[in-house]
Amino acid sequence: MKSVRNHLSLVIALLSIIFSMQVYLIAERSIEAYRVNLAQNYSVIAVSKKRLEQNEILSINNIISDAKELSPDSVIEKLGSDMKSSNFELLKLTLPKFYKLSLTHYPTPDEVKNLRRDLLKNSSITKVEDFSHTHDKTYKLLLLFKNVVGLFAIVVFVVTVLLITKELKIWQYKHNERMSIMGLFGAALWLRSAILFRLAIVDALIATLLAFGIFTYLASSPLILEQFANIGINIVIFDQVDDLLLILGVAMSISILLASLIVLGHKEEA
Amino acid sequence: MDKVIIAKDLSLSYSSSETIINKADFSVNSGSFVFITGASGSGKSTLLKSLFGALKPKQGSLVVGGVELKGVSRSKLNFLRRHIGIVFQDYKLVKEWTIDKNIMLPLLINGYVKNVASNQVDKLLKHVRLNHQSGKFPLELSGGEQQRAAMARALAHNPVLILADEPTGNLDEYSSQLIWNLLEGANSQLNTTVIVVTHNIPKTLNVDYKHFHIEYGSIHEVC
Repeated sequence: MKSVRNHLSLVIALLSIIFSMQVYLIAERSIEAYRVNLAQNYSVIAVSKKRLEQNEILSINNIISDAKELSPDSVIEKLGSDMKSSNFELLKLTLPKFYKLSLTHYPTPDEVKNLRRDLLKNSSITKVEDFSHTHDKTYKLLLLFKNVVGLFAIVVFVVTVLLITKELKIWQYKHNERMSIMGLFGAALWLRSAILFRLAIVDALIATLLAFGIFTYLASSPLILEQFANIGINIVIFDQVDDLLLILGVAMSISILLASLIVLGHKEEA
Repeated sequence: MDKVIIAKDLSLSYSSSETIINKADFSVNSGSFVFITGASGSGKSTLLKSLFGALKPKQGSLVVGGVELKGVSRSKLNFLRRHIGIVFQDYKLVKEWTIDKNIMLPLLINGYVKNVASNQVDKLLKHVRLNHQSGKFPLELSGGEQQRAAMARALAHNPVLILADEPTGNLDEYSSQLIWNLLEGANSQLNTTVIVVTHNIPKTLNVDYKHFHIEYGSIHEVC
């Protein structure tokens, strides 16, 4: 029981930090997935007096990833079926060319402005439709999400620092006496610190295993999966290799840092 | 006879403004039993701390077990401490360890193999009449029992020098007598040098002893 209590305080602190970090990662991944989603669905329409080669369009601005010419057939069909086929062909030739431009990523309002300006510099392009009104609204929403996640990260960081400081004080109180007594009998620094580092490493492993269990469960929970499906986002909630290594690294670094600070801050009893 | 402690022109202080021990000269022969007395705040415990290197000399020289403590390196100090047994009035046992593990501490520090150390602990527990309390934590024992455990720890590695700071200060008559018997035994049977800081020298002691008295920062031998 005493041994469990010895481990519990640091394990809980580490678990809170790991949990907050993983939630932050999930939020970041969700926003990134949403951003990719937006980028895939967003495009700019350019109207040209003459046919343009794909390379020519791509060289206008680096943000353009693809350019597809829109078929005029559907528009012409709407004009009426009583038109002669020869007239159809003539109309097709005289109509301006419409291009749907896909972009490498979801652009900022400035990037949209620059793209519009660059496209209109081309003497063949007469009109650009960038859907800027809809874009601005969506972009602001995305920015809001990003800021909320950023704020969350700052709060997590502050809470982490407070938790570590508190834990450091508890550990200093708990371990200083034993380290001093061992010092009185001539124990070398490595021997005095060995228990502390062993405890730190064991606690980091326990916290990592608990976090692994919690997130593996959450990542396969139908309730969580349904929530993500409802908002149309498909992300990796918990990568069992990469995320495990990350949380293990964070937990180990924090506990070893904590133990090192205690060893460095340890004062001999005078 | 070998000198286990040699102090020359020794001054001790915690701050630059106040000197606790002022230019003291004394020496202690190997295998002797020494009492250090003095009024409260006279510097008895300060002197004892200096003997195990917890307080470095401000001035002069202090050699313990052949090691000069003025400007001593950490590794040399650790080496010296491995040959000293220390007993405190407040026991200084590690609370989260059993008394067995506490007693085993100096043995493990001195490189004993765990099962050899464990056998030695069993013998020591019998020696200090605590074998029935094996496996218990210090706070589960009475003050007298804790001090006996601390005594066993101090004796465990057969030290050349035992330093005891008011070892019977908080104890009843029975426990006090046991502690004095253990110190006496270490001195007479193992030829261990024993230095005890105390207010009262016990009348029942069966060994020859040296008595230093501290007054106004000076140490003088009482004949």
